[in-house]
Amino acid sequence: MKILSKVYTTLVFLFLYAPIVVLIVFSFNQSKSRSVWKGFSLRWYENLFNDHIILEALWTSIEVAVLAAIIATIIGTAAAVGLKRMNKGLRSVMLTLNNIPMVNPDIVTGISMMLLFVAIFTATGLLRPGFVTLVIAHVTFCIPYVILSVLPKLNQMNPSIYEAAQDLGCPPMKAFMKVVMPEIMPGIITGLMMAFTLSLDDFVISYFTSGSTAQTLPMVIYSMTKRRLSPKVNALSAIMFVIVMVMLLIINFRQLREAARKRAKSEV
Amino acid sequence: MKKDSLIASPFMLWVLIFTIIPLGMVCWYAFTDASGAFTLANIETIGTYWVYLKDSLVMGAVATLLCLVLGYPVAYIMSRASWGAQQTMMMLLMLPQWMNFLLRTYSWMTILENNGLINTLLGKIGIGPFQMINTKGAIILGMVYNFLPYMILPIYSVMEKIHESLFEAARDLGANRYNTLLRVVMPLSLPGVITGITMVFVPSVSTFVISQMLGGGRNMLIGDVIERLFVGAAPNYNVGAALSLVLMVLILISMAIMKKFDDGEETGGLMM
Repeated sequence: MKILSKVYTTLVFLFLYAPIVVLIVFSFNQSKSRSVWKGFSLRWYENLFNDHIILEALWTSIEVAVLAAIIATIIGTAAAVGLKRMNKGLRSVMLTLNNIPMVNPDIVTGISMMLLFVAIFTATGLLRPGFVTLVIAHVTFCIPYVILSVLPKLNQMNPSIYEAAQDLGCPPMKAFMKVVMPEIMPGIITGLMMAFTLSLDDFVISYFTSGSTAQTLPMVIYSMTKRRLSPKVNALSAIMFVIVMVMLLIINFRQLREAARKRAKSEV
Repeated sequence: MKKDSLIASPFMLWVLIFTIIPLGMVCWYAFTDASGAFTLANIETIGTYWVYLKDSLVMGAVATLLCLVLGYPVAYIMSRASWGAQQTMMMLLMLPQWMNFLLRTYSWMTILENNGLINTLLGKIGIGPFQMINTKGAIILGMVYNFLPYMILPIYSVMEKIHESLFEAARDLGANRYNTLLRVVMPLSLPGVITGITMVFVPSVSTFVISQMLGGGRNMLIGDVIERLFVGAAPNYNVGAALSLVLMVLILISMAIMKKFDDGEETGGLMM
């Protein structure tokens, strides 16, 4: 039984990793072929760093992700704090509305915002679909995740600490910054990270809301798959994969060490 | 609204402008014609697109079922593994998710193509080539591949909370492995299964990327139709909006059914 479950999980993980391994292996292929190995070469990596369309798109992706994550985190954190203080009826309505972008298929979120942006642009000439609409769209689908990672932290918090600070003469704003913020910080950081990665990874919503003036990396990749894709893209994904893997390994090891330490403590 | 909760007003304004109004516009477009007059003609065109809608629902359901069958044992094995092994497997599951899903799907293109990796390898031993790309099977494979972790993770997170003592109690009361799984683990893991099903079904039914890359435009899904109506050569926002509305309603209905199923079980089951 034990062996059977090991074999099974290994097979599933093989299935998950096989395409990625193929992608990375063929990024080092001498020829343009995606199925025949013609020898080792780094030419696709060289080509990648000379391709200004890809590099520009990568830069746009990062800019959009940073902006959207920061704006969504600010609005979302404030919203979570406000939601906590709202009366129950309004709160549950707002939480339901908050769920819409998460439950709706991406394509519907994308076309609905596209309709709005097109209507605003044709009516007023403002907000031409491009970089700004892209950021707005990304903020919209990131906010729910920020709220959902900050709210649990607020719920865990003991409300009397904040009251105690005020009783001791601390003005509300200062009490909030000094008492509440440190408590919910882990939730805010999680939300920020989630927003950043979701934004970086999004294709469908960007595809409908960006117009023709701004292109993120996933959009360039998509338009390249319509033609014959060059192994440059393999090279790019290999680099991205390695960066993420190293980051995750570092985070994971730190967490493992910390948790192990905590466990050791609690056992004593 | 209490003064205290004013801090949430930017959020409320944002939701109003960028979530509610756009959805309102989808409804408005769905029920008007190009001149803005009320019409039901857009909704009636569903008949002509029914094939695509049916294909999407069937293929989405098959992919979801496959994810459940493949993923449930993984979630179970993970939840019963040692703590360190659980962390490692979690990381291994998350890692591929960090690679853009277009790239992961593209990789399947290169594997399944007529002169792709599998056919090249098979050709070396004198078999094939087989037509794999541009088939419905390839699209379903793409869905399962991309969304399998969405099935495993919610089920795992529910199962992981099932306390070891419940297994001991079941054993003490004379249940064998099979009975424990069937009567203890399965009912308790149901909320995770429901979440997993929605998380796989919704993106599968509404995808247009997977069907375009692995289906080669020959096996159109409802997502492809909507995409063409909005950004294609002959856009028609009204019909596109109507189809989106129908898609949304169908998904809402299937989710409501799932939810009902979940509630019904929970009241009769164990509350942890």
